[in-house]
Amino acid sequence: MSNVLLVAEHLNQSLKKSSLHALEAARQIASRSGGKVFGLVVGKGVGEVANELARHGVEVLVADDARVEHPLAEAWSKVVEKAAKEVSATYVVAASGSQSKDVLPRVAARLGAGMASDVIGFGGEGAEITFKRPMWAGSVIAEVEITTPVKVLTVRPTDFSAAQPGEAGQVRSLELPDLGTIRTHFVEFRQVKSERPPLTEARIVVSGGRGTRGDFSPVEALADQLGAAVGATRAAVDAGWVPNDLQVGQTGKTVAPDLYIALGISGAIQHVAGMKGSKVIVAINKDPDAPIFQIADYGLVGDLFQVVPELQKALTGK
Amino acid sequence: MKILCGVKRVEDPDQKIKVNPDGSWIALDGINYKPNPYDEIAVEEALRLKEAHGSGEVVVVSIGGEESVTEMRHAMAMGADRGILVKVSERVDSDAAARLLAKVVEREKPDLVILGRQAVDSDQGQTGQLLAEYLGWGQATFAAKFESLESEEEKAKKPGLQVQDGKVRVIREIDGGLEVLDVELPAVVTTELRLNHPRYASLPGIMKAKKKPVEELTPADLGVDVTPKVKIRKLSSPPERKAGIKVPDVATLVEKLRNEAKVI
Repeated sequence: MSNVLLVAEHLNQSLKKSSLHALEAARQIASRSGGKVFGLVVGKGVGEVANELARHGVEVLVADDARVEHPLAEAWSKVVEKAAKEVSATYVVAASGSQSKDVLPRVAARLGAGMASDVIGFGGEGAEITFKRPMWAGSVIAEVEITTPVKVLTVRPTDFSAAQPGEAGQVRSLELPDLGTIRTHFVEFRQVKSERPPLTEARIVVSGGRGTRGDFSPVEALADQLGAAVGATRAAVDAGWVPNDLQVGQTGKTVAPDLYIALGISGAIQHVAGMKGSKVIVAINKDPDAPIFQIADYGLVGDLFQVVPELQKALTGK
Repeated sequence: MKILCGVKRVEDPDQKIKVNPDGSWIALDGINYKPNPYDEIAVEEALRLKEAHGSGEVVVVSIGGEESVTEMRHAMAMGADRGILVKVSERVDSDAAARLLAKVVEREKPDLVILGRQAVDSDQGQTGQLLAEYLGWGQATFAAKFESLESEEEKAKKPGLQVQDGKVRVIREIDGGLEVLDVELPAVVTTELRLNHPRYASLPGIMKAKKKPVEELTPADLGVDVTPKVKIRKLSSPPERKAGIKVPDVATLVEKLRNEAKVI
């Protein structure tokens, strides 16, 4: 029996949708390994997060304690280790968000486990599972084997569907292990607040690049008209035009919306790595030779500052 | 202040990477190499801290074959003081890299270790965190700063990490915004893109770098078994996305999105 521990990510007392995608990945593993999926929620005042996860048909362990309020890897890794041992987990799985990327390698070290990051699918046969993951900014897909008894994974939410609600599982509390001396201290979190849908969950994403020359107003206006999220290239974020949280690409977010509209984006490998899973890609760029046109379903050569207002008008006049 | 940085030799991320016909590895013909871009940011930050501090030493470590000395020389041309090559004949996984680095750290006893948040070849993003755990140290991943890379602070080459009173203050890029942590030294920090613009190596820097010492060690010297926990079985190319069509005007675009793609 190979149980699976799903470590939930959450923000502002609500479960991140990406964790439900990770839950689906956890289920796929459990169905092949013949084990059971358990959820783990760590934080302070996270009872509702645990309940929400449990409503998706999983038994949930919750470590609700002021000492683990902030996701400090040093402390959280000890809690995850304890939970993994308590439920005899062979797999520890989480969505590949910044929390899990920070915490899970430490968990792997504590459990003597090998770890695969950003898993997008499974191979192998039966209970012998291999893991498919991108390398070289997604130019290559590697199939890897983890040779240790316990295996740790982060999975890419866009490559798994979201788990659906089911018969509510039990929620029980997990007592904290001895956290020892924690040498990391939380100072503050400057959250970027936005009225727009989250980038990784939006049905439509409108992104801007260098071609905006720092003026994101057409990108934002079009996004708002379509009820879309705003994304950006690394260049736009590096220049400080938009917050880091909007970066799409190899080291930013991976998105797979129904519609991705790239405005003034050349299409560097690193950016494409984060959006090529989109269902429909539209590119608007002045340069007819921009590489983005090689992957766009619909390309329009033109200046975004002229095209976007026209597009907005055309969309209104249905 | 003594700072240790990792420098990994990687395929230049701006070139097209293709898989060998048999899927055993990537095609290496005509491939150029360079230091992992995140590691260059790590070295730059270490140099700024040393300069701001007025004294100290920056040691670069590479795990790889003899050819990795090229990338360490690049870091030394930027200003790093010396190099340590942990010579391995085969690629090691993140876990083995972290255990090798842990042994080097035990020998060198730096105040701070700065690594790239990930190497742009394997894209695993684990080594810094694994290293911190093996050492029992605090960590701060994805280090950036409040100011943009176009800001006056960046132009003045100010360090983004603030070291004071035995702690390093780190501004981290995380989902949802920026988080600030204080980590007691010694600590492990990994770099995000927005920490700094790495400097170019100057000609005198390049000349000087040739004479800087590089120590060679092996996993056996360090007593580390590098058998991988994560084995790559085979590589394949992702499905190609086909190019679509160019539309002549906005009206056609809207028509296609509504009636053909049906996404709006």
